[in-house]
Amino acid sequence: MAKSNVVLHVADVHKRFGGLHALADIDLQVEEGQTHAIIGPNGAGKSTLLNVIIGKLAPSSGQVVFDGAILTGRKPHQINQLGIARVFQTPEIFADLSVLHNVMIPAFAKRDGAFTLNMLRSLDSETAIRQEAEHMLEDVGMLTRRDMHAGSLSRGDKRRMELAMCLIQHPRLLLLDEPTAGMSRHDTNTTIDLLKKIKSRGMTKVIIEHDMHVVFSLADKISVLAQGRIIADGTPDEVRGNPKVQEAYLGGAH
Amino acid sequence: MANFMSRNDLFLFLGFTIVVLAMPIWLAPFGAGYPDLLQRFMIYGIFAVGFNILFGLTGYLSFGHAAFFGVGSYAAVWSFKLLTLDAIPAMIFAVVISGLFALIIGFLSLRRSGIYFSILTLAFAQMSYNLAYSVLTPITNGETGLQLTLSDARVLDAAMGQTLVGQPVPTLLGQQLSGYAGFYLCAGFLILSFFIAQRVSGSPFGMMLKSIKSNQTRMQFTGFNTRPYALSAFVISGMYAGLAGALLAVTDPLAGAERMQWTASGEVVLMTILGGVGTLVGPVIGAWLIKYFENILSALNDQILANFWSFLPEGAADLMVQVTGKFVGDGWFLTLGLVFVLVVVFLPGGVMEGVRRIAATLKRSGTPDSKSRQTQPAE
Repeated sequence: MAKSNVVLHVADVHKRFGGLHALADIDLQVEEGQTHAIIGPNGAGKSTLLNVIIGKLAPSSGQVVFDGAILTGRKPHQINQLGIARVFQTPEIFADLSVLHNVMIPAFAKRDGAFTLNMLRSLDSETAIRQEAEHMLEDVGMLTRRDMHAGSLSRGDKRRMELAMCLIQHPRLLLLDEPTAGMSRHDTNTTIDLLKKIKSRGMTKVIIEHDMHVVFSLADKISVLAQGRIIADGTPDEVRGNPKVQEAYLGGAH
Repeated sequence: MANFMSRNDLFLFLGFTIVVLAMPIWLAPFGAGYPDLLQRFMIYGIFAVGFNILFGLTGYLSFGHAAFFGVGSYAAVWSFKLLTLDAIPAMIFAVVISGLFALIIGFLSLRRSGIYFSILTLAFAQMSYNLAYSVLTPITNGETGLQLTLSDARVLDAAMGQTLVGQPVPTLLGQQLSGYAGFYLCAGFLILSFFIAQRVSGSPFGMMLKSIKSNQTRMQFTGFNTRPYALSAFVISGMYAGLAGALLAVTDPLAGAERMQWTASGEVVLMTILGGVGTLVGPVIGAWLIKYFENILSALNDQILANFWSFLPEGAADLMVQVTGKFVGDGWFLTLGLVFVLVVVFLPGGVMEGVRRIAATLKRSGTPDSKSRQTQPAE
């Protein structure tokens, strides 16, 4: 298989917590434009891996390279400014602000950078960003809720808004940490539809997920993690047919 | 103008201006329509408005803002002593110095957040107080306080050939600032301070500050470097405090260390919470209420109380004098503490939340089928 454009490369990463070898010899290549799912049973090291990718945890050895830039050791805002946005397991939103403002804020980070003293302009005069945010809200089907307090949204809506907050930055890489965790079937399905819809935009996505239904309906490639190691790597069909995976993860369920 | 300021903001600003300028009239029936007290209303209003930019918008609770207030006072008095008795250079000097001071303390304190930040600011402020009280006596004149004397250098005044007759007092462009002139100077600065706070709050920058308060983690993962935002808010509020301190020195040219003490830092926290954290008008109202009741209650004594309760039978009157006497005079802080506890427990949004609740009740009873869909606090 010819290697096409690798945008994210997790190179020989190890992570130890005391005696625990949480990640061992992880080598992961994510290609531009693909949706790459990382699955694995509880405690396999999925969240540790994501935290290493976004620089929240430093690897014991190895490094993470995004489009030529080493992410290890950078601060969260620097990583975002490189074009990486993240959706959290529990939606991280600005609960005290309106839905519209929640979506406008990331657009300012994209336009003005990590810090600007723009206190002479009025927020009301920022029509371009406001319209962009309204567009984004329309895309995720939340324009009618624009003036609501974000904190009073349902869990599914918070997730959708968080996605809009990420998408408005047009990130090159979107990291999704169990985007449907704790959601009802209905909310899960609307989230899958939304993620499918944004797939056509050519954005690279890394998705950590528990729910097989979500994984197999979205992923182009799947890496299976068990006990801190990648035990299989491939297209959904390859992974589904892999006996090692069935043993380690899918178990008797399928 | 439409882009510059929304209609609501404009009304709020005009309303605020009218209320402030008319204070000598509408406060007269409450026994507060005299310049000395009104000046304090203005000065502590400025202090609270600035404090709210840090605490209300950004969510960082500083327990050391009196340090900047005190530095502002000292800087202003030194300007009177060394440069000129004119108030304008003194205020500019005070704002710059307190801003620099806030930059240093903010830079160090903002390495932590939450309670650790508060403790750091408290520690720095107490250090400043002790420096002013004893160590730096040559600069602060220690316990006595820094005063103007006839023998001060006043190089600018001397260069202009002005000589002084009698006790030196601050002036504004040659005009003395006694009585209502002093009040209107302070009122002008309060209105300007309010205007700037309104602009900051309504700008993208202000929204970033509110977002930091709401969810700092999300801010960082959204690509914002939150530290310089918080530091800017800290410096701005420090400059407000310095301006307030300078105005206090303008109206009464004496700077003492006690205005840097932790009780003074705590007072501005109380003002902000009592009025309504995060609202524009609330902190000013909080400052006015506290200064008003401090003025009234701390002046009461047992004699006045005895007259007040004299309609009761003798034993009961004595008892009431005994009980209420604990809450007035020096005991006024007891009343303040009690009111504060009640507000925090029953009305955590302060006076402004009370106003909002009453308005919501009235609206509901007025138009029964309009659902009260308040999404944003009135600001």
